[in-house]
Amino acid sequence: MYFDSLHALLTMEGHGAYVWAAYLVTILVIVAVLIAPVRLRARFLLQLAGELKRSKIAAGGNATEEQ
Amino acid sequence: MIDFLHRTPMPWTLGCPAPCALYNDAAMWSFIHKFGSPPWLYAISGVILRWLLPVTLIALVAGMVWGLLFTAPDFRQGNSYRIIYIHVPAAVVALAGYYVMALAGAVNLIWRMKMADVAMKAAAPVGAAFTFIALFTGAVWGKPTWGTWWVWDARITSMLILLFLYLGVVALYEAFDNKAAAGKACAVLSLVGMVNIPIIYKSVDWWYSLHQPASIKFTGDSTIDSSMLYPLLLMIGAFYALFTCCLLLNMRAELLQREARTQWVRKLGSEAGIN
Repeated sequence: MYFDSLHALLTMEGHGAYVWAAYLVTILVIVAVLIAPVRLRARFLLQLAGELKRSKIAAGGNATEEQ
Repeated sequence: MIDFLHRTPMPWTLGCPAPCALYNDAAMWSFIHKFGSPPWLYAISGVILRWLLPVTLIALVAGMVWGLLFTAPDFRQGNSYRIIYIHVPAAVVALAGYYVMALAGAVNLIWRMKMADVAMKAAAPVGAAFTFIALFTGAVWGKPTWGTWWVWDARITSMLILLFLYLGVVALYEAFDNKAAAGKACAVLSLVGMVNIPIIYKSVDWWYSLHQPASIKFTGDSTIDSSMLYPLLLMIGAFYALFTCCLLLNMRAELLQREARTQWVRKLGSEAGIN
């Protein structure tokens, strides 16, 4: 490892704030672009599952009434 | 997320041909025909993501740790140069992503291929995110190196235009109720925006710029030491893989919404209800 101590790693001879800010924002953006479609897909499937369940219950109710 | 992807059904469970069929089929048109099938694309992208996503995340962490901890500082810029390991890969992939988006738009315009439209819509927000990373990290790198966060020079301004083009495609898509009309309008916008790509590439040669010319050259010697070059190449590869992962994830979400009334999506919905 190039740095002797944790303090040296964090400060990076005066450039630490720039370097760490750049990496932090990049990681946040990466996490956001990965999570957003996964959440969207999961929410859609759950919504669809609920719709299907409701329509099945409604169909079951109609069948009972017909009997 | 990995666990979520693990529950993705295999293509052949959705009535699609098994992977071996892909290899047996020598005809390219057959592959293109399969690519046009939403359930096949959804399923095969799930299989690809199951492997590509963990590999991408490992490569990203390895590249970042290598660049941050195990390389020597630049003799002129000091430690601020370590931003190169995210700035350059993000910029390279932001430009490559635009080619993907414009190519998908062209395929949609010419052959009216629905999956190309899905790919174009999926690429726009990912490309915007990568362009934002390139611009933000460039600004943060500029402060200790040039003494300013921002200058309106050719390279930086043309990258800002690239961000607006990506955001323009996202906004234009949302502005239309008719998906086909939206696809056509976005395809035209992305194709017209292609004019900006060679300007970005050549801006540092054509105009006086604070931005340095390319350090990695395909012809001639690169002006970067190999100890700095290898982690940079790893990060460029990782960012390409990350773009692919994000593109596939967006395409899968978009496919489900477009095909909501079809049998295969309803089957997935009922399976999600059971789980």
